[in-house]
Amino acid sequence: MSGHSTYTPKTKFGKFWDDRLPIYRLVHDSFVTFPIPRNLNSFYTFGGILMIMLVSQIITGIVIAMHYVPEASMAFNSVQDMRRDVAYGHTLQTWHAVGASFFFIAVYIHIFRGLYYGSYKAPREILWILGVIIYLLMMATAFMGYVLPWGQMSYWGAQVITSFFSAIPLIGQTLHEYLLGGYAVGNATLNRFFSLHYLLPFMILGIVILHVWTLHVTGQTNPTGVEVKSKQDVVPFTPYATIKDAFAMVVFMIVMCYFVFFLPDYLGHADNYIPADPLKTPAHIVPEWYFLPFYAVLRAVDFNIMIPFTDVVLIDSKLGGVLAMFGAIAILFFVPWLDTSDVRSANYRPLYKIFFWLFVANSVFLGYLGSRPAEGIWIPLTKASTFWYFFHFIVIMPALGWFEKPKPRPASIADSVFGKEDGSAGAAAPSGATAAPETKG
Amino acid sequence: MSRAARGAAFRQAAGFNYDFKPLVSSVNERKRMTKVSSKLLTLVGSVLVSLTLIGSAIAASGYPINKPREVDWSFAGPFGKWDLGQLQRGLKVYTEACSACHSLSILHYRNLTDLGYTEDQIKNYINDLGKEVTDGPNEDGEMFQRPAQLQDRFQGPYANLKEAAAANGGAVPPDMSLLAKARAPERGFPTFIFDIFTMYAENGPDYIYSLLTGYKEPPEDKEILDGLHYNPYFAAGTALAMAQPLYDEQISYDDGSPETLDQYAKDVSAFLMWASEPGLPDRKQRGFIVIVFLAIFAGLLYFTKKKVWAGVPH
Repeated sequence: MSGHSTYTPKTKFGKFWDDRLPIYRLVHDSFVTFPIPRNLNSFYTFGGILMIMLVSQIITGIVIAMHYVPEASMAFNSVQDMRRDVAYGHTLQTWHAVGASFFFIAVYIHIFRGLYYGSYKAPREILWILGVIIYLLMMATAFMGYVLPWGQMSYWGAQVITSFFSAIPLIGQTLHEYLLGGYAVGNATLNRFFSLHYLLPFMILGIVILHVWTLHVTGQTNPTGVEVKSKQDVVPFTPYATIKDAFAMVVFMIVMCYFVFFLPDYLGHADNYIPADPLKTPAHIVPEWYFLPFYAVLRAVDFNIMIPFTDVVLIDSKLGGVLAMFGAIAILFFVPWLDTSDVRSANYRPLYKIFFWLFVANSVFLGYLGSRPAEGIWIPLTKASTFWYFFHFIVIMPALGWFEKPKPRPASIADSVFGKEDGSAGAAAPSGATAAPETKG
Repeated sequence: MSRAARGAAFRQAAGFNYDFKPLVSSVNERKRMTKVSSKLLTLVGSVLVSLTLIGSAIAASGYPINKPREVDWSFAGPFGKWDLGQLQRGLKVYTEACSACHSLSILHYRNLTDLGYTEDQIKNYINDLGKEVTDGPNEDGEMFQRPAQLQDRFQGPYANLKEAAAANGGAVPPDMSLLAKARAPERGFPTFIFDIFTMYAENGPDYIYSLLTGYKEPPEDKEILDGLHYNPYFAAGTALAMAQPLYDEQISYDDGSPETLDQYAKDVSAFLMWASEPGLPDRKQRGFIVIVFLAIFAGLLYFTKKKVWAGVPH
């Protein structure tokens, strides 16, 4: 995809660097001449948006860390003092907190876009897996960051989430104590979470570099799912993608700023404005909204799994819930192999398209269930919704590949684009003819 | 030039030399696909809505019994500002009624300049309170008491939580610094979605106002434990430990505002909103500037993008 570098240094200074450390060449090849499919739609701008979000979180985070006190008796007030007495502290702190939510909004759109257009299929399995690793690291980072203000939800959220590790047989208890730095969530926990919260974003940055590197090896997918075949299929990154991404970023920023400046507490939880109190458990402990679907999966397993016809508990409900929750994330790693269809884009997969939207609706619903108390009608609904989550990956994805009859695809990206221009329907080629072997141009 | 002609011209320019056969991307096909997916979305949406309605009907046993009453606050909306007179009256209500039990520990006395007071006025206010703080050690290595000053935090009624609990039958009166943000009864579906567009963020002060004005005799079928007080607006049960704290004509106002429970409750709720976020109007003002800037920037980028992509079919 990357092809031969067309960079020629124009100045002496440029030549000096090019002979020693060709960093300008790298930037030129990656962000100027890099070919992108001409038919990318707005959903393909979220990679760039996520990059900006990561940088914005790191910058605001570094600044507010200068004013934050990672000590159990002072952490809560230090955040408030920062909001009140530090120049721009209010904006920076809110930006960081709301920014975390918008980071997840962007990443969810990015992931669902990948699922819709089959972006995980060969040769992009590694690209997808690196993405899932980034997502996992984001979750760890966000969770630890949420603990730092040391409010009631911070504290009790930390209590609940760290207790997952104690469910692991044999080593669970020890692992739990190492994680907490003691027998209960306390100052030691806060200190190590602060340290890790500062470390993980830089690990994310490292993997983002690998993610982008892989992308530049395989090239981007596009809404047709047909690989780039000729120069007519592509346009150079600059100015085409640059201007499009810039526009999308600013629009995304407008939505985010609306929340930062007008609804700063909308996405948070009121209980986190109460200082952490180890003696007072909140009525409902709920995680941040972006974890709610997984929280629902955790609570869906409220039964012990026994060896049939005996009283021997194989997996107790606690371990079962934890396994289901981590399984819900881990299953994403296997998506490239669970999907057996040759066709990438859901545009040409009439059945998958329906199931995709069902999956999206189910995921949103699962999130809503995660915010409900575990009682009454919510329990069976949570179980049904959790079942569907796994059923989609384990049964529907593989089965559709075998049963579904895909629609005919265009022979090339250029074909589909100019077909649209003409606006007339032509003779459809048999799908076999278009399912050309994946070309790594 | 028509779209078709432009497409043909481009194909020629781009050196396309094979027979052109458009496939599925015809306008009709696309329309049909959009129709199908929008139908599907409507279906999924209506299933979700009905499930949620069933659910919320069943979960209606939760508290508070009554939803908070909504007040028309001066600080609501995109251009919300404090009503300084109201905040000053709120401070009076806090000082004369609430502060006997509730601390305001995050605030500094100097913050009262936000309410339009001069430093001398605040010093007089502190002197009238007669609060002392422990300072030191002095040159002899001893801690000493001195009158509170501008840079000190609000001094609470109790020395520590144990004393607060002992004085109130075990129920510690919560600190009020962030009360207006720490109380937010669930708005429920679909209200919480509309709230995004109406910019509703006054859940906290609405709740405090409703609670303060909401005390009444318990209905006959409700048993209230000794020492608790029935209030259908209370978020965590049917009754709370705090007795009704405010009554008509309890506090004198010198600006001609009505000396009623309703007015007291509004004023102190607004004051607590200020206490929980003194920079609220600045935040909204900054937000307005930021969004206007971004909107203009987005407009410029949009037209640049249009220009860049013009004549490049995509």
